[in-house]
Amino acid sequence: MHGTTLSRPRLVVVGNGMAGMRTVEEILAIAPGIFDITVFGAEPHPNYDRIMLSPLLAGEKRFEDIVLNDYDWYASNGIRLIAGEHVDWIDRARRIVRGAAGTEAPYDLLLLATGSSPFVLPIPGAELDGVQTFRSVADVGDMLATARPGAKAVVIGGGLLGLEAAHGLDLRGAEVTVIHLMPTLMERQLDASAAHLLKQNLEARGMTILTGTETAAFIGDDRVRAVRLKDGREIPTDLVVMAVGIRPNAGLARATGLECNRGVIVDDFLRTSDPAIFAIGECVEHDGKVFGLVAPIWEMARVAARAMTGTPGIGFTPAASVTRLKVSGVEMASAGAFLGDSGTEDIVLRDGARGTYRRLVLRENRIVGLVAIGDASDAAWHFQLLKDGTDIGEIRDSVIFGPLADGPADPDAAVMALPDGAEICGCNGVCKGTITRAIKAFGLASVDDVRARTKASSSCGSCTGQVEALLRAALGTEYAPATVKPVCKCTGLDHGEVRRRIVGGKLKSIPAVMQALEWKTPDGCHVCRPALNFYLLCAWPGEYVDDAQARFVNERMHANIQKDGTFSVVPRMWGGVTNARELRAIADVVDKFDIPEVKITGGQRIDMLGVKREDLPTVWRDLNAAGLVSGHAYGKALRTVKTCVGSEWCRFGTQNSTRMGIALEKMSWGSWHPHKVKMAVSGCPRNCAEASIKDFGVIATEAGWDLLVGGNGGIRLRGTDLLCKVTTEAEVLEYCAAFLQLYREEAHYLERTAPWIERVGLDYVKQAVVEDEDNRKALAARFLHAQTFAQADPWAMESAAAAGAKFTHVAELT
Amino acid sequence: MDAIMTDTGFVDVAALDDIPQRGARTVATAHGDVAIFRTGDDAVFALRDSCPHRGGKISHGIVHGHGVTCPLHNWVIALATGAAEGEAAASCVPRFPVRVAEGRVLLDVSAPLAPA
Repeated sequence: MHGTTLSRPRLVVVGNGMAGMRTVEEILAIAPGIFDITVFGAEPHPNYDRIMLSPLLAGEKRFEDIVLNDYDWYASNGIRLIAGEHVDWIDRARRIVRGAAGTEAPYDLLLLATGSSPFVLPIPGAELDGVQTFRSVADVGDMLATARPGAKAVVIGGGLLGLEAAHGLDLRGAEVTVIHLMPTLMERQLDASAAHLLKQNLEARGMTILTGTETAAFIGDDRVRAVRLKDGREIPTDLVVMAVGIRPNAGLARATGLECNRGVIVDDFLRTSDPAIFAIGECVEHDGKVFGLVAPIWEMARVAARAMTGTPGIGFTPAASVTRLKVSGVEMASAGAFLGDSGTEDIVLRDGARGTYRRLVLRENRIVGLVAIGDASDAAWHFQLLKDGTDIGEIRDSVIFGPLADGPADPDAAVMALPDGAEICGCNGVCKGTITRAIKAFGLASVDDVRARTKASSSCGSCTGQVEALLRAALGTEYAPATVKPVCKCTGLDHGEVRRRIVGGKLKSIPAVMQALEWKTPDGCHVCRPALNFYLLCAWPGEYVDDAQARFVNERMHANIQKDGTFSVVPRMWGGVTNARELRAIADVVDKFDIPEVKITGGQRIDMLGVKREDLPTVWRDLNAAGLVSGHAYGKALRTVKTCVGSEWCRFGTQNSTRMGIALEKMSWGSWHPHKVKMAVSGCPRNCAEASIKDFGVIATEAGWDLLVGGNGGIRLRGTDLLCKVTTEAEVLEYCAAFLQLYREEAHYLERTAPWIERVGLDYVKQAVVEDEDNRKALAARFLHAQTFAQADPWAMESAAAAGAKFTHVAELT
Repeated sequence: MDAIMTDTGFVDVAALDDIPQRGARTVATAHGDVAIFRTGDDAVFALRDSCPHRGGKISHGIVHGHGVTCPLHNWVIALATGAAEGEAAASCVPRFPVRVAEGRVLLDVSAPLAPA
């Protein structure tokens, strides 16, 4: 096909970007000089690397550094470049393209590489000055005009492009807020755990990250001055960068009658519906897919170049590719089905201290997806295994550690190599020498001993492994590590350790705990998730956002599920006292909803059994109307306070036990606990309220009140222990609050007070609640503080909320 | 909610976002209630809403990984196969074809899938 200059076929390329020029380079490599080439580019620049806009913005690169093909390249390859002229017409009949400035170029072959445009949110204020996109060198120029140190910038979109913009603005000294619609950052590349780490990292750099947040409007007269969110909040800003996605530039192709859908439709050889016109890159749609990352586009360029030069070759199939990125200095990689699907399994490796996470998704012993963040050094190897479809059955145990993991290294070697002055416990500033000397001098034999003596490992606990190594080294075979009973198969840590690290490490969400504590599963299990939810709720009252999906069904539905799938409903009856209005409301509800059984409970309340799921919100509304609220009979929570009639009516009564019971219930209702908590108040030692088998029992005496703890009338009967004797009702309340808070803060999830007291010893509880007055007051204060957030009737909240499908079917197909 | 028939037997039953992550919602069908699960990584599964043990409503269970724990007696059901962990192969929950397209959940309840 090589002919004279005059007879060479004319190739016109519309689009002077990475896809178009890569195709030209491929063509020049296969058959230099075969075409007479003209390139139109809308931007007044030679082809530059769009991926490097972020370093350009950050000031790490100059424009010259990111140019891929300089003007000399065009000249030396005999390419006519028309830069800065947008092509607005193709005459397919006459095979001519025409630019906006009137330049015409006839073609024999046409390549459309028009790329994509940033999506502009159609919301009020989008046209204001200072609201822009992040796609071109010109956009970077606009951003730099505003992004001075101290300026405020809002980036809308927490995907790859948005975070790159945020990173660049951050390095320029701007105060950056990222607003992302989805619940996690970069959900196209990262799973929730990896996204959590990324968010943590960006926040540590000083950015504000708002996920699950929708923008309502941009505020300003001529220039933007604030962003208003859907929830009404306003964020003052000097600049808004929209990076919410791209859409193929298919307008030119569509106008000329080429077959288009979302993008220009191409076949496996990148040919459009007109055989003289090819298309490539982000403007195309192939097999229903559009493209935004470079790897498949390079493959397109190879295929298109062969097809256009008449070189035999196979068609385009988007091959599996690994995305390796560095956002804000954080390495990450993702490839394949990194979220998994039906029939996949996971191998997860987390390093809480280094802030790394990697996950392999396996199907039948083959890697089908991977995601890594913090350390992507083995991603290339894992991706090779994915691409090759290697059966990893034989290396399954070690594959997650990478190719060099051939045998366990001595885990103690690293800590033994440290000098005596090296800090082991960062929280309490304890160095290695202090610990080793204390072990020797005081004959310490366990991690708990070391904690008590030196404070090492007593806060966040992340150095526990190193302390154990020092104990092993000092004691040799004498060292018998305490047998740890892990919470569940998702972790090697026990409940106490998990609780300690939540508080010490200031971990405030389930993903944060799972990352820092190196959970072995992506999202835990039915054993650990409810426990973590409670521990977080207890540690961070008012701050932690309850995770309904981590709760058992009863607590999620605010009613007790029965074996036939119906629910039972128990309203609170303060101290077991009711009246005609409440009883009438209950009777009306029973009639109205055809509730099959009504039963008096052992806790002096009324149980309506057999309520249908869909009736729950209306049952609650009717009960609420009569002043009845949730009795929490379904929860690991304060249940009832049973009372006798006391001195008001009973001839033996010595104190007003009913009033005392109501006061206790008013103080403690709504509180969540490791397990259910039952209380009772009896007006005399005859103990008609059975206070001696309750978690917290009160028995009136002539002199005041006996306070009893740790009773249980369940499978294993346990009578209470006497905590102490007090004289006033105020003291009863204070001791009760302190006791409940100690239990809440220290017991294991699903451990009733009885086994808890047997585990820690009554003396310990007495010391904390009775003997140490300051501690008692502090415990009680923490309980009452938590109660300010806990005392909201869940029935009222649920029945007032928009009726979601939680109580109904989402669809009926019968 | 309106269910829209498509030509393949798949019926649009809900938006994906109607189902909470690590949760389930139910659809009433001629085969009894069907539970549609959405996992933490957004995989979607449809199984009869009945545990092979005592018929517990597995839609109420805690969803973890690609499994669900029945609220009645903590049987763990693998969502991909319907099999109960550690139980005989006969203890299998019937599954139904389900897929997600453009944010909508499409369910086909014409017949359960063959046991995996």
